[in-house]
Amino acid sequence: MASPRDAAPPWTGPYRSYDLVKELAICIAVVAALATLLTILFSSPDEKPSTIASWARTQPNDFLTTATAELDGSSDTAGYGPPYNHAATGQVIGPIHLQSWLGVSHPVNTAVDYVLAPLATIPNDPALRAALARYVAAPAAQRSAWTDAYAKSIGRAGGSSGAGPVAPMMTSLLALAQSGGLDGALLTSRHFYQTDYTKPLLFLADGSLLSDRAQAQHLLGDQWGMMNETGSYPGQVWLWLYTFWYQIEPFKSSDNADALVWALMMLLSVAFVCVPFIPGVRSIPRWIPLHRLIWRAHYRAHAGRAS
Amino acid sequence: MSVHDASRERSWTARLRARAERALPPEQLLPDRQPAYVASWIYVFGALTIAALVAIVASGLILGLKGPAWWHVTAIGRFFNGIHLWSVEIFFFTMVVHLWGKFFMGAWRGGRSLTWVAGAVTFLIAIAAAFTGYLSQQNFDAQWISTQAKDGLNSVGIGAFFNVTNFGQMYTFHVILLPLAVVLLTAWHVLLVRRHGVVPPYVRSAAAARGEEHA
Repeated sequence: MASPRDAAPPWTGPYRSYDLVKELAICIAVVAALATLLTILFSSPDEKPSTIASWARTQPNDFLTTATAELDGSSDTAGYGPPYNHAATGQVIGPIHLQSWLGVSHPVNTAVDYVLAPLATIPNDPALRAALARYVAAPAAQRSAWTDAYAKSIGRAGGSSGAGPVAPMMTSLLALAQSGGLDGALLTSRHFYQTDYTKPLLFLADGSLLSDRAQAQHLLGDQWGMMNETGSYPGQVWLWLYTFWYQIEPFKSSDNADALVWALMMLLSVAFVCVPFIPGVRSIPRWIPLHRLIWRAHYRAHAGRAS
Repeated sequence: MSVHDASRERSWTARLRARAERALPPEQLLPDRQPAYVASWIYVFGALTIAALVAIVASGLILGLKGPAWWHVTAIGRFFNGIHLWSVEIFFFTMVVHLWGKFFMGAWRGGRSLTWVAGAVTFLIAIAAAFTGYLSQQNFDAQWISTQAKDGLNSVGIGAFFNVTNFGQMYTFHVILLPLAVVLLTAWHVLLVRRHGVVPPYVRSAAAARGEEHA
């Protein structure tokens, strides 16, 4: 039950003149002037996006390592689980498996989508066709042996012995990526008009290019990355509480950190909306009387009247 | 009762107008006076938040009319993107000050709970609106934020129907659905403030709560 001192009976005291429309008009002018001044002084950040082509050109070994992991199913995306595939059950909140319950809504088959299907679009290359056919026809154990041998050979002098057809496949994929063809293949594989960047973004995120750039810009998770922005701009500072939980235990080292942080933030959001109904919380402003500062003229006037 | 009066009584339009006038008479909707205790700079932050929202919508309309790639390739586009960005920063700053001010005034007292709820929901929806804006930038920030944020959303199943790596979906949310929600919620919040008035100061004692202080 609310305290009698939380009561707010209708005001029967004096009134003062107050021009709401004038106040709003002045506020709009002030905000417009301030936003214009800040724009002139600081503009806005606009770091160019990474492309698969730029990744393949600047970090060819990382590109090949990532593409090989996509082919043999050992990449982050390949083992992600819902909503991309069934490779894992995803994160849980106790007995609640929201991630798996909602199912695979954006299917990604990393071997087909990132390697086999793009290579199949390259025309007039009989050797590549033969390599692809050999790889697809081989048993799983043989494919795995080839990709393991190839992954170990990346960046080493002396060729890729034991990699079978994977070596020519990856050479062709690197050339396709460096020419920009893989960016287009991943985006327009089904439609000419396309706005869904899920596949190229997941592929890029499996490599090191995005995280290298993010680290340089202080955007990693342990750098409070979710609320930061490139450069020295304030970013989404209102996400500070969400980002905060990732910096401390037990969230920091939990396999279910994302689900736990989200559950906690949803709980806190509901509590925030329900502040007027939560005993104790709704009395805080009475216990910490900052309202005496806000309404000091009112209290002074009434103290004077009382004396 | 004349035929005309009977017709008016049956008219949905007339009944809606009468109900609106009863709920919010014009002098209550746009009052030119306020209780004497409304005399602090903290009251300006609500109006500043609305002003920032006006600047966000205006600059966002210009950016939207020219398309999502325009601001990357023209100086004038970059200028309006700057206005949009800084208006958002001002919006959240003024809204948080307004929020804390209202918290420490206990602004939900006296039957004003719904006013707080409307404001709090607006705050949360505004965070989503700003977030989809960051995802719609078509630059490295958008790439990084989307690939990081997907894990949190996927972990609780939201990613199944709200795909942060789908630019088209995020852009629709950012330029239509969420701004519309923020504007409508803000309008509802303001109408509730006008209907119930500005919360009066805390009384100094339980005895005063019975009415002596306002007399």
